[in-house]
Amino acid sequence: MKTRNIAEVRVGDSLPELVIDITPRLIVGAAIASRDYQNVHHDKAGAQALGSPDIFMNILTTNGLVGRYATDWAGPGARLGKVAIRLGAPNYPGDTMTFRGEIAAVEPSSRRVVLDVKGKNSMGYHVTGNVELILPEEVAA
Amino acid sequence: MSHTAPDLTPFLGGDRGPYKSWDPVNPAMIRHWCEALGDSNPIYTDASAARDAGFNGLVAPPTMLQAWTMRGYREQRPPGSDTSDPFAVLVALEEMGYPAVVAVNCEQEYLQYVTEGDELYHRSTIESISEQKTTALGVGFFVTELSTYYNQRDEVVGTMRFRVFKFAPHERDDAPAVTDTGDGLPPAVRRMRPVRNHDTRFFWEGVEAGELRVQRCLGCQTLRHPPAPACPDCQSLEWKAQPVSGRGHVYSFVIMHYPEIPPFDYPNVIALVELEEGTRLVSNLVGVSRHDVSIGMPVQAEFSEVEPGFHLHQFRPAEAD
Repeated sequence: MKTRNIAEVRVGDSLPELVIDITPRLIVGAAIASRDYQNVHHDKAGAQALGSPDIFMNILTTNGLVGRYATDWAGPGARLGKVAIRLGAPNYPGDTMTFRGEIAAVEPSSRRVVLDVKGKNSMGYHVTGNVELILPEEVAA
Repeated sequence: MSHTAPDLTPFLGGDRGPYKSWDPVNPAMIRHWCEALGDSNPIYTDASAARDAGFNGLVAPPTMLQAWTMRGYREQRPPGSDTSDPFAVLVALEEMGYPAVVAVNCEQEYLQYVTEGDELYHRSTIESISEQKTTALGVGFFVTELSTYYNQRDEVVGTMRFRVFKFAPHERDDAPAVTDTGDGLPPAVRRMRPVRNHDTRFFWEGVEAGELRVQRCLGCQTLRHPPAPACPDCQSLEWKAQPVSGRGHVYSFVIMHYPEIPPFDYPNVIALVELEEGTRLVSNLVGVSRHDVSIGMPVQAEFSEVEPGFHLHQFRPAEAD
């Protein structure tokens, strides 16, 4: 994985898309990995009893995927400073979520970069938000 | 049911905690997380990569912050933890007649990366409770919990603001009309289909055939778009469908930011294209950053199947000859 440096990014640059298949395996596996045992994230009948058509992705997973999307792009030398998300349409099994992102701000002095990130499924935006990263300085050749 | 807003100020503030982690930050939990989320950042799972990055052990993904102090399967906290519920206000609101809850926002800030062996705990305060609000979902309150995460040296490693809407759903006699998709899931949002009638059918048939067609008046030979029954210049009702090149330039454009309506992508670049044959049409502009769109930019029509069985024309920047 390549690390991007602060000199090579500019406002308006787009991140490559990331498509996530929303499977029961992902929803359940990531809920348990985040130690979230609420039944709506693993028990379809339990979720339906609460009025949901199926199990759905938990927030810790969404948050983690947003962080992954940012660092997949920025590389292992980048540091996450902030992840601020707003939640929308749930992620149900059988759907796909496509992440898109764009650089909203670059502050060379503090090496801070702000990304606008959106994750969209078939019903609309599952998640929208901002990620702040600190990127390394340009490496002298 | 009408709700007289209860006084919730006794629930504001407070300093609850510590809420401890069952286990120190450890490679197994980190690996489970990275596997499930598909995160291949090597500083989380490869000790030498973590060392190269300046850490003295494996690094936990920062977004795992909340996971470390979750209660887990038995819904119990480790010994030495505060036994009170940090979100007691939600239980109280339930008893006051606001049974439903939906998470709205989550904001995490990371002040330092945590590494293998760190022992975390968090403290919690109710940072804000809104006035009673009516939203599309119902009547209720936005409640923001601020959790502050510490390590074994009592240094703050991160914070999390978690905002929920705790509400009484609107009473409705009319159950929302939901198309049964057979699998019980809400239907996907689709693009609106264009109207096809005597005046417009030729255009959509052209799009399906991969050809841009516009109306040419047979009275005065003027091209016109969008389709209409009569010529605005000579009022003739006689016309034919004229295939055009699809070459043109951006006459004007707008970047649509808000409101964001599914299933469209935003910011949505919408251009008024002047065709070289002389009429104009409105279309999406693709293949160009919104920062680089300019009036006069040469463009070329293309056709794509935006949804199964539904073709649309759009324009893409062309090289000027």
